[in-house]
Amino acid sequence: MIWYQIRIMKRYLTVFLLLLFLVSTAEGFSTVIRISPGQSIQEAVDRAMPGDTLRVAPGTYPQSGIVIRKSLVLIGEDYPVLDGEMKGNVLVIAADNVTIQGFKIINTGKSNMDDSAGIKFFDSKNCVIRDNILENAFFGLHFSNSSGLTIIGNQIHSGAVREFEVGNGIHLWKCKNSFIGNNEVSGHRDGIYLEFVTNTQAKENLIQKNMRYGLHFMFSHDNSYIRNTFKNNGAGVAVMYTKNVLMKENRFEENWGSSAYGILLKDISDSEVIGNIFLKNTVGIYMEGSSRIEFTGNTFRENGWALKLMASCDQNTFKANNFTQNTFDMSSNGSVVLNTITENYWDKYEGYDLDKDYVGDVPYRPINLYSVIVEKIPAAVMLWRSFLVTLLDRMEKILPTMTPDQMIDQSPKMRPYDIG
Amino acid sequence: MLKLLKYALYDILKSRFAIIYTVFLALVAISIYQVSDDLSKVSLSLMNIMIMIVPLISAVFATTHFYNNLEFIELMLAQPVKRSQVFLSQLFAVILMLSLSILFGFGLPMLLWGADSSLITLLAVGVILSAVFTGFAFLASVLTRDKAKAIGISLALWIYFSLVYDGFVLYIIYSFADYPLEKATLGLVMLNPVDLGRILMLMQLDISALMGYTGAFFQKFFSSNMGLFIAGGTLALWMLFPNFFALRVFRKRDF
Repeated sequence: MIWYQIRIMKRYLTVFLLLLFLVSTAEGFSTVIRISPGQSIQEAVDRAMPGDTLRVAPGTYPQSGIVIRKSLVLIGEDYPVLDGEMKGNVLVIAADNVTIQGFKIINTGKSNMDDSAGIKFFDSKNCVIRDNILENAFFGLHFSNSSGLTIIGNQIHSGAVREFEVGNGIHLWKCKNSFIGNNEVSGHRDGIYLEFVTNTQAKENLIQKNMRYGLHFMFSHDNSYIRNTFKNNGAGVAVMYTKNVLMKENRFEENWGSSAYGILLKDISDSEVIGNIFLKNTVGIYMEGSSRIEFTGNTFRENGWALKLMASCDQNTFKANNFTQNTFDMSSNGSVVLNTITENYWDKYEGYDLDKDYVGDVPYRPINLYSVIVEKIPAAVMLWRSFLVTLLDRMEKILPTMTPDQMIDQSPKMRPYDIG
Repeated sequence: MLKLLKYALYDILKSRFAIIYTVFLALVAISIYQVSDDLSKVSLSLMNIMIMIVPLISAVFATTHFYNNLEFIELMLAQPVKRSQVFLSQLFAVILMLSLSILFGFGLPMLLWGADSSLITLLAVGVILSAVFTGFAFLASVLTRDKAKAIGISLALWIYFSLVYDGFVLYIIYSFADYPLEKATLGLVMLNPVDLGRILMLMQLDISALMGYTGAFFQKFFSSNMGLFIAGGTLALWMLFPNFFALRVFRKRDF
């Protein structure tokens, strides 16, 4: 009896070992396919089995509309050039676990009909797009209905002259759980565009000289933006209709022009804006319809207006920020104040500190009369920097009559915070 | 004429006022250059000072100069020279001295630490404002016989153009806020040389991006050839008109 059992066990063991062997060799058999210039990448993709690796040799591949529908790893050696020759998309991917690495993709079509893109993903999961160079693409990287994307180290540049000639650098629509890091985007319409994107992190990207916005998101909840630089974009950064956003240690620089903003917040709520630097923007932060945002430890330096806080905002807190060398610290369009402004450093503060606790003894009024007048009557801007306006501002400081009297910092700091 | 101009200039230099004025302007410019490192900030600060100081000094100095030299003028009028030459030599001497003070006082620091187009505009506006307010001062001087009264009129004109007029403009803008005011404000700017100079300066600076729609409208106007021509023509009229009027009064005045 016992012998019989042992024999059966032996058989099971053999089968098990055999299976194990098969499985392991199947892994081992995942082949590496090499492609060199002159060969069709599409044919190689069609021949490959899921899990295969395609290594593309250096050279130029004038091929567009390559469709990938299985899990493959595509690796470019020494940046092989995929030239779309101005026709449609270059790579189109609708599969899970795809990796695209080390390609130089140039000259996509220029059409809003199909949103031509350098690399376009549909309905994909857990894909990696890293270290690619995209030049002269309409859209750079275009993702829809995907999740678990890792987009790192890509350089996306376009030389378009006008806004309608170009799409977004990194475009995500209805995606989640993704990571966008260390990318550089310039010359596109929007640098990073997110719509219906959740639980995504954008970190350490350099977004500059784009036609419209550096970062543009809508309906994209629970995302974080950390240590990115948004510099010299046509209209700065504009974000809308979103809750639970974390913006930390980003730089918003040199967004200068009559309708440019460091960041424009429209209907954003329950968010945190911490430790960012706003430098040389026409308007550092413009907010409307936004609620329950905490602004802490930010630096506003050399902006036209550091802050434009519309009366439709409520329950926002501005605490422990530095305001230095701004033309206007703040302006608002109404007299109702539902926000808290406290413990900030204002370089225009002229109060005193008798008890030496580094907190000014008299409150600071960040809104001056002239900015109130200009907000009401834009034409009055022609009197800017005239003797009369200087005089009026002085008088208003001593006897406030027109400026919203609740818009005050009760405990202005005497010294700037040691942040950036 | 040239000889008269020479004596008038020599007389001004002897009064040491020219040197003090130049040194004062130079000190202001140097301190501003030392404080801020950004050229556009420098020109903004210089502009703030210039818009106020230059018309004031011009008005006061030109009036006092006229009365201080009244005896010399009367003596010259007894000589066989044209009245207009006597008047113009004094006028040009004052304008020349004030302009040179600005050019040296502001210009030398600029040569040292660099300048851009906005600072060149600043110099031009300074020279023009000096000429305009010297004209006003001479007009005030020939219209009255009393030195104090003439200084009073000059100061009144200065206050009017740098303060009262702007208040008046603000009132108009406030009253007609519901109407498109861009063209109207442009017209109002033309009616005040100080405002015109200030706007011309602001348009040179990238800070004009803060000026919104009106700013964009002004920018468009002042960057077009037509706009520059109109602005230049208006400033020329502002320089010529009071001087010409003063000359006419001077010609017929009974000394």
